[in-house]
Amino acid sequence: MSFTEILLLWSESAAISAIVWVVLLVTLTYLAREPMHSMITSMSSLMQSAFQQTSTSLAGVEKHLSQRNMEVLIAEGREASEHDIEREFDRIQKIVRDDLAEYPSLHRKINDVITRLDEDYKQSADVPPEAPGWAKAVDAVAKISPNKSDPMVGQILESIRNSMEKNHEGTLEEYRQSSRERHMLLKKMLPSWRSMDGDIKQVDQDVNALMERTKIVDRQMEHYEQIIGETDTAKKTLSSSSLTQFFVAGFVLAIAIGGAAINFNLIARPMQEMVGGSSSMMGYKVADIAALVIILVEVAMGLFLMESLRITRLFPVIGAMKDTMRLRMVVITFSILFMLASVEAGLAYMREILAQDDAALRASLLNSAEVMTAASGMSERWITTAAQMGMGFILPFALVFVAIPLESFIHSSRTVLGIAAAALLRTASFVFALLANGAHYFGLVLKSVYDLFIFLPLWVETKIKGSTSKKATNATTKDKHGFTPQEVSS
Amino acid sequence: MKNIWMITLTAAILLGCDNGKELPTTKGVYMLLDTSGTYTQELVKAQHLINFTLAKLSPGDTFAVARVDTASFSEKDIIAKVTFDDRPSIANRQKRQFREKIDAFVKEVKPSGYTDITGGLLQAIEYLNEAGVGKKTALIFSDLKEELKEGYIRDIPLQLGGFSVVALNVTKLRSDNIDPREYMDRLQMWEEKVTSGEGTWRVVNDMERLESIILN
Repeated sequence: MSFTEILLLWSESAAISAIVWVVLLVTLTYLAREPMHSMITSMSSLMQSAFQQTSTSLAGVEKHLSQRNMEVLIAEGREASEHDIEREFDRIQKIVRDDLAEYPSLHRKINDVITRLDEDYKQSADVPPEAPGWAKAVDAVAKISPNKSDPMVGQILESIRNSMEKNHEGTLEEYRQSSRERHMLLKKMLPSWRSMDGDIKQVDQDVNALMERTKIVDRQMEHYEQIIGETDTAKKTLSSSSLTQFFVAGFVLAIAIGGAAINFNLIARPMQEMVGGSSSMMGYKVADIAALVIILVEVAMGLFLMESLRITRLFPVIGAMKDTMRLRMVVITFSILFMLASVEAGLAYMREILAQDDAALRASLLNSAEVMTAASGMSERWITTAAQMGMGFILPFALVFVAIPLESFIHSSRTVLGIAAAALLRTASFVFALLANGAHYFGLVLKSVYDLFIFLPLWVETKIKGSTSKKATNATTKDKHGFTPQEVSS
Repeated sequence: MKNIWMITLTAAILLGCDNGKELPTTKGVYMLLDTSGTYTQELVKAQHLINFTLAKLSPGDTFAVARVDTASFSEKDIIAKVTFDDRPSIANRQKRQFREKIDAFVKEVKPSGYTDITGGLLQAIEYLNEAGVGKKTALIFSDLKEELKEGYIRDIPLQLGGFSVVALNVTKLRSDNIDPREYMDRLQMWEEKVTSGEGTWRVVNDMERLESIILN
């Protein structure tokens, strides 16, 4: 039965038949209104509740993850802070051991200098010469009034004056001599003063350095206390620091990967001389795999070396080893690295020889001008040979330092991944909450659209209900005599 | 002890995967040189082509050059053959020796009376299949005009699955110039012969394009 046949089921006229169909459909739809509304409400409620529940669950997981992230962040921050404080105390210990340990001897030295200075100072004291004992007699004689008639007095006085002058000159000379000696003593004191000044300055510097360190320790302790107290400032600082670390370490690691790629290219070709150039394993050339393994072994040795030197803390087992064992590990890992670097330098040399051989062969086979020119310039290639060998030797040691950014990257990536996962969960939770609301309003819209299709019977229903309720209201408000309150009042 | 067993087992599984599933990645090239009549004059070009091919092949690859004469389905017609050593330095030495053999052949070559291209192709198929290479290429340096001696049967279907057959320097004969349909029919006949044997067929008269054929 085609659509046209169904349409013209009621009448030959399409319009009449269509009207019949519409009336029939509207009537049926009107009759099915309540169950349909109920079904739409149930469906939208079901969807809303499912979305809402998912959103709530995701929000819960996000909250838990954020909390866990913060715990990890705080724990890592605390560990790093403890490490810093420990290092500062080590430095203070070093200052105390190296500089202030000499303080007793310095003290003794200063004391000696002070004693010597004191003695010299005492010796350099200015003692005025004593006046002669007969000065009073002279004084009495001098009071005798001079009498020109008595020349004896004049002679005596003249004689006294001469004696006095002689005595004065002698005393003055003696005084000058003693002053010179005092000055010599004072001059001798000058180096001692300078030495003491230097010593005191040294002590001052040491004490100041110690004071600076203590200030740093104070700041770090304050930071540590903030971390322990899980303050907002500490959380923000740690989170920001972790993100910075992640990006900086990632950048340095990218550089290191570039270095490793250069290293790989240096040794992959000559490696074919050792393991063959055509055999493959899992789709990759064995020579390439071998070159990669050598580089990875170098990186691993670098990690162990850094770990043994206690620069990084990726392997607690190595950090907990005895110092003698760690020293042995340092020696062994460095020796292996040195050997691998030497092997790489050799391979780089071999690479150059192979390149020259290839160029010569191509020149002889192809006989083209370009290739011949390239081959003819080989006499200056010792520079590239030396450069390649140097790089082959240095790069393995440079790769050792990958351990430092790697450690930072690993530590910070936990936090960054946690933050990213939490953000993802938060977004998902928001989207599901939005969907829950959408489901609710979609149900309402669907019901309205349904009602729109049957607006005519609904309008009629409303009218009928309206008049019925009006009558019912009128009936309830009339008194027992059949009068409304208005009629009664009138 | 348990760990040692685990490591041994893992290694065995890895090696097993390697031997069982890995396909050879090496290339095999078999070149047929037409030495009939006036085509011997074109052999200098072939010499350049061989040198070019030698320059492009890598350690582990296989290369053979054979002449096409009256009866080409024979190992005796192989002028030089080599499977390059894994080590690049040895492979380079082999390439130099190979070139010397070809140079000597080109100097001393004498024209043959007949041209048994099908026999040469059969020999190429046998040789490259036996070499166990990953990518098999048969280069036919000829005008593709096959002339068989009476009694030689070459109406044999070729098993060219996995083979790329490339006709190089297909020169036009005097009769082709009179009636180009002869040239086209000849190419058509060879294409059908190769493709019906599940091989791929290509004609390259511009030698510059040979590089992509050998490398890919």
